[in-house]
Formats: sequence, C-alpha cells, structure tokens
Amino acid sequence: MGVKKAITGAQAAAEAMRQINPDVVVAYPITPQTPIVEEFAEYVADGIVDTEMVPVESEHSAMSAAVGAETAGARAMSATSSQGLALMWEVVAVTPGLRLPIVISLVNRALSAPINIHCDHSDVMGVTTVGWIQIFSENAQEVYENLLLAIRVAEDKRVQLPAMVNQDGFITSHAVEPVEIFDDALVRKFVGVRSLDRALLDVEHPKSVGPLVLPDYYFEFKRAQEEAMSKVFEVYREVGTELSAITGKQYPFFETYRTDDAEAVVVVLNSAAGTAKAAVDAARAQGKKVGMLKPILFRPFPYSEVRDALRHVPVLGVLDRSMDFGAYAPVYSEFRNALWELDKRPALQSYIYGLGGRDIMTTEIEAVFEELLSGKLDPEHQRYIGLRG
Amino acid sequence: MPTLQEIALKTSGADARIVSGHRMCSGCGIGSLIKTVLAASDKPVIVISATGCLEVVTTIYPFTAWNTPWMHVTFENAASVASGVEAAYKALKRRGRIDGDVNILAVGGDGGTYDIGFQALSGALERGHKFMYLVYDNEGYMNTGNQRSGATPFGASTTTVPAGKVSFGKPQWRKNLVEIVAAHRIPYVGQAAVHNTLDLYKKAQKGFNADGPTVLAVLQPCTTNWSFDSALTMQYSKLAVETNFWPLYEIENGVVHINTKPSNRKPIEEFLKGQTRFRHLFKPGNEHVIVEMQKMIDDEWVRLLKLEESGIQF
Repeated sequence: MGVKKAITGAQAAAEAMRQINPDVVVAYPITPQTPIVEEFAEYVADGIVDTEMVPVESEHSAMSAAVGAETAGARAMSATSSQGLALMWEVVAVTPGLRLPIVISLVNRALSAPINIHCDHSDVMGVTTVGWIQIFSENAQEVYENLLLAIRVAEDKRVQLPAMVNQDGFITSHAVEPVEIFDDALVRKFVGVRSLDRALLDVEHPKSVGPLVLPDYYFEFKRAQEEAMSKVFEVYREVGTELSAITGKQYPFFETYRTDDAEAVVVVLNSAAGTAKAAVDAARAQGKKVGMLKPILFRPFPYSEVRDALRHVPVLGVLDRSMDFGAYAPVYSEFRNALWELDKRPALQSYIYGLGGRDIMTTEIEAVFEELLSGKLDPEHQRYIGLRG
Repeated sequence: MPTLQEIALKTSGADARIVSGHRMCSGCGIGSLIKTVLAASDKPVIVISATGCLEVVTTIYPFTAWNTPWMHVTFENAASVASGVEAAYKALKRRGRIDGDVNILAVGGDGGTYDIGFQALSGALERGHKFMYLVYDNEGYMNTGNQRSGATPFGASTTTVPAGKVSFGKPQWRKNLVEIVAAHRIPYVGQAAVHNTLDLYKKAQKGFNADGPTVLAVLQPCTTNWSFDSALTMQYSKLAVETNFWPLYEIENGVVHINTKPSNRKPIEEFLKGQTRFRHLFKPGNEHVIVEMQKMIDDEWVRLLKLEESGIQF
C-alpha cells in the first residue's frame, strides 16, 4: 500500500524521479514541462535527493549532456515538450544509436507554427521513427508508474534503449489528482542502480564511443538496434510483473475497456482515454455495445496483440491528436497496419481531435460511436472532431 | 617543465593516449598538437570530440587510434557532452561508485567551436564545469573542403565565399574567440600554435590544472586546404606568430600575458604567400586588401600590448 497524495502529473513525474534519485538530471525549462524540473530542483536544493543537476542553456544541450552523463556511466534523466523536443531532435536520434537508456518525460504539446502551448501529440509523433521506447499515460498515476517501469525496461541488458514517458500537457501535467505513491524503499529496490559495465569513466578499460561507421558496418548497427527494440516486449512484461508486486496493478501493452462484446470500439491515447471511458459508459447506459482501446506501449508497437484484441470488433474508430499531413494519421496508420493480416477486418474510420489543446467532450465521443454504428464511414478520409465548419 | 625529448617520449609508444594508425593528411599538425596536449595531463583523460577532422581520422569502425576513453556525439555539442560527463563523474564519485581523478578534454575544430558549437561552449563555461576545451583552429571547415567559418580570416578565399571578379574573399575579420571566452571569467585561456611544443605543453598543463573550465586555442595550418607543401606546416605556424597574425598569449585569472613578442615582426605577406586561399591577394587590384589586413593585425597587436600593460583584470 502506498500513500495517496493530491498532486499534478508533473509532480507525479517529479515524485518518480525523487524515488529514482538519478545520478544526473539535466533540465531546460519549457511550458508545460517546467513544473517537473522545478519540483525536482527543489528536491535537490533541500537535499532530498543527491542528484547532480545540470541546468543547461538549451534542449539541444540537455540531451547532449544526458548523453555525456549516460556514456560516462551515470543514470541520467530529463524532461521536455514540443519545441524543446524538436530542438533536441538531432541528439534524440543519436541516443538509441549509442544504446543509451536515458529516460525522459515528454509533456505533450503542439508544435509551432502557429505557436501554441497546449496539448496535442505532434511533438512525440515526430520522433517515433528514431528508436525510442514510447510509453503513454492516461493520468498522473500512470505517469508515475510508467517512469519507474521505463527505467528498468530501458536499462535491461537485452534492451539498452532510451524511453519517453508521455503525458498530456496541462490536462495531465497541471491537473491535481489523487496519486498513490509507493514505499520509497520498495521502489528504490525495484529501480536499483545502473550497471557501470560499459562506463566511459572506467579509465582502466578505455573505449571509443561514437566512431565513424561507413557503409561496411552502419547497416549492422541499425539491425542490432532493431533486435534490441524487439526484445522490449518480453522485458516489459517481466518488469511489469515485478512492479505489480509493489503496486498490485497490471502493465499491459494497451488497455481495453468494455471491448469484449463491443460492436464499435474507439482507440485513443493518453488523457482522452479517460473521457472515452465516460463516453463508453454513457453509450452503454443507452444500450449501445461500445468499448475503447488505449495504447500504452506505442514503440515498439504490439501489432499481433492489438490484432488479437480487435479481431472480433466490427467497427473501429481511431482518434488521433496529431496529423501526418498528406498521409493517414499516426495512430490510425498503426491500427490499419495491425489489422491487415485479418481475414475479416473491422470497418475503419480515422478521426482527428484536440489539436492545440482543444477540449474533447464525452458527447463528441458518443457522437463518434453513433457514427461508427451507423455504418456511414469513409476509411480513406479522416474526419475532424470539434472543428469549426 | 619537461624537455622536448621527455614530451616526445610521453607522446609515443604503446602507452601513449593516442597511437599511430590514424588517417590524418600527410603534414597535418593535429596529431602533434593533440599528443602534446594529452601528454600534459598527469591524470587519465576522457576525450570528447566534436565532429570534424580529428574525429573522422582517429576512428573508423572497427578501428580506433584512442588509447584513452573517447567519445563523439555530434558537431555542435562537445562542450555540452563534456558537461554531462563531468556531472556523471561528480555524482558517481560522491556516491562512492568510482574512485580516482580524471581530466575531461573537449576538442573541436573552429567550425565546431566558433560557429555551430558556440552556444554549447558558452553555456558550459558559464556553468563552471571543470573541463578543458581545446580548439584546433584551421580557420574554416577543412574536413569538408574549405568552407568559410567565423574563424576564417579577412581576405581568405573559401568555397562558400570564393574570391572572384567582384570579390576578394571573406570581407569580415574573424571572431576573437580568446577574448570572448575570457569574458566568461574562466580561470585560464591560452592561445598557442602547433609549432611551439613547449609553450603548448605548458598551456595545456595550466588548463588541466586550473580549478574550473579552461580554453586552449591552437592554430593548426591545414596543408590540404590552405594548400601548401606538407613539409611546411610548422613553418606556416611559426610565420603566423612572427607576423603577429596569431600571437602567443594567455589570460590567467583575467590577467593578460603575452608569451612571445616578435622583436621585428614580419610583414603579413610572409605568412600569406604560398597559400592558395590568399593567392588572389597578390593579383593587381587587391593590394588594398593586404594593406588593410596589415593594419588590422598591427592595431590588434597594439591593443593586446595595452591590455597586458594595463594589468586590468579581464
């Protein structure tokens, strides 16, 4: 049993970092990530953690310093949002290539232009191809637990890849919720310390990290990276089981809500999954058989598990909080791909919602269910929720 | 202070921190200068290279010329990466997970330092990480074939600002990196040249031993893209000092000290001639460029002398 605290998603991330007590935390402020690093800086200032904190001059340097610290042998963490992630993109791509298990919080915020500080998923969907483990969180509780989980999955010898733990900007990061914080000693035992096996600071065994690699070997490096990514599924399951012993919860690749007998299902990431559950309950109260699927582990993407979970569903609506201009939306694309193998595929509809922090209401998701059940679908064209005519 | 022979012994053999087998251009001075700098550390050295000549020629998977811990991440972030290495060192030491002392050396060319890595360098100096930043300054993007940088001198022809019918090459003077980094109030900045091994060694020692971030700027004549005979690298380095084009000086705890004052400074033409990048300056119509360059060099020298004489802390 843990202790319940009334805290925000940002504070939940900081709580996880307090318990992890990383060797190094690198920080550069950006709305709406700022309260994570502010809260953590207070822990440092009060001696609650003994982390070496490096307040850098840009996000590019934030990820660079984290890469330096992890290569040296430390466990390093950071947090960012939107433009910050865009600025650090170059080093974000380097990190999995160097096989550094850096874990960061990504507080999802819309990408400029136009400039906007509110939630959507255009920041994370711009980095899903470069090789980070991507984990999504519906609420502050999940933010906290996912960070603990991510550290262990990322650092596992079979994996050695970085991980981003996503939460919705403002909606989760700034809203106060009851969050159960588990026992410090138990959590510290669970996260352990990072192995110094490959540490650059091991001066007795000099290593050259990040050499020039030409066409004769580059391809093999990238294949090895993909192999490591494919190991995430088994490691995630094992680590999830271990974490369950502390939290009493399950850590599936995705959550299904009332999908067993569902005639229509919506797919939605992060905080809007909570809204969708309320919409499912409302529709069910009216006798409509509907359900929801919330992806949690988005990279690597659990194609076969998703396929199995949806094989009985006649109609699927996928809600994306970002667009891939000129192509199918990112989450929709994955589900369309996942279902290809089925002999009898569900009918599909893509929806875009909530860009730049626009609210999505339960009534709007109920309307989606009605549309899905009506059969008036156009799988080739995305539809927009809550958009001016 | 060791003798030249003693330094040479420390930089060669199987125990040296960088060993033979690299692919530097024939006549390149980077090998000499990095060996000299590494030999000046009495502790193990962790090296962080920016993308550039040194990184490219010392590693090519599965080979490395480094016999000391070495890493490379990207072009513009050697100083930020060094910040992270230093933070890790402090944290792991404080937690009793490692012991022993190390020196941390970030290395970049002028492109990775004056230009794209400038913000990262400034941030790391301001935060006060204990590391030394070494810039080997070959006055342009020489690894990619002579493009203009913020360190390229006035009048030089580069592939991105070539001399032509209506252009005499670069119309701006270069940044004064040494004074810019000194303005961060760091404990030590040295300007050295590759031909003067003893001066370079002494400055590297001071840089490693200072309590805080330090910078060492070393002129590195590029035989390939300044295009002179590969036997003449040290000669051009020497001429750069003798013409006051590249004075040897240092700023220690804010106080300027000029290490070498040429008794009879040579005219800048002595340094310019024989270099393809300055060849056009000797054509009719460009005389004024050399005159202007000479005036800038002389004015800068007078200013530097005044800085030293004043004793005012930088």
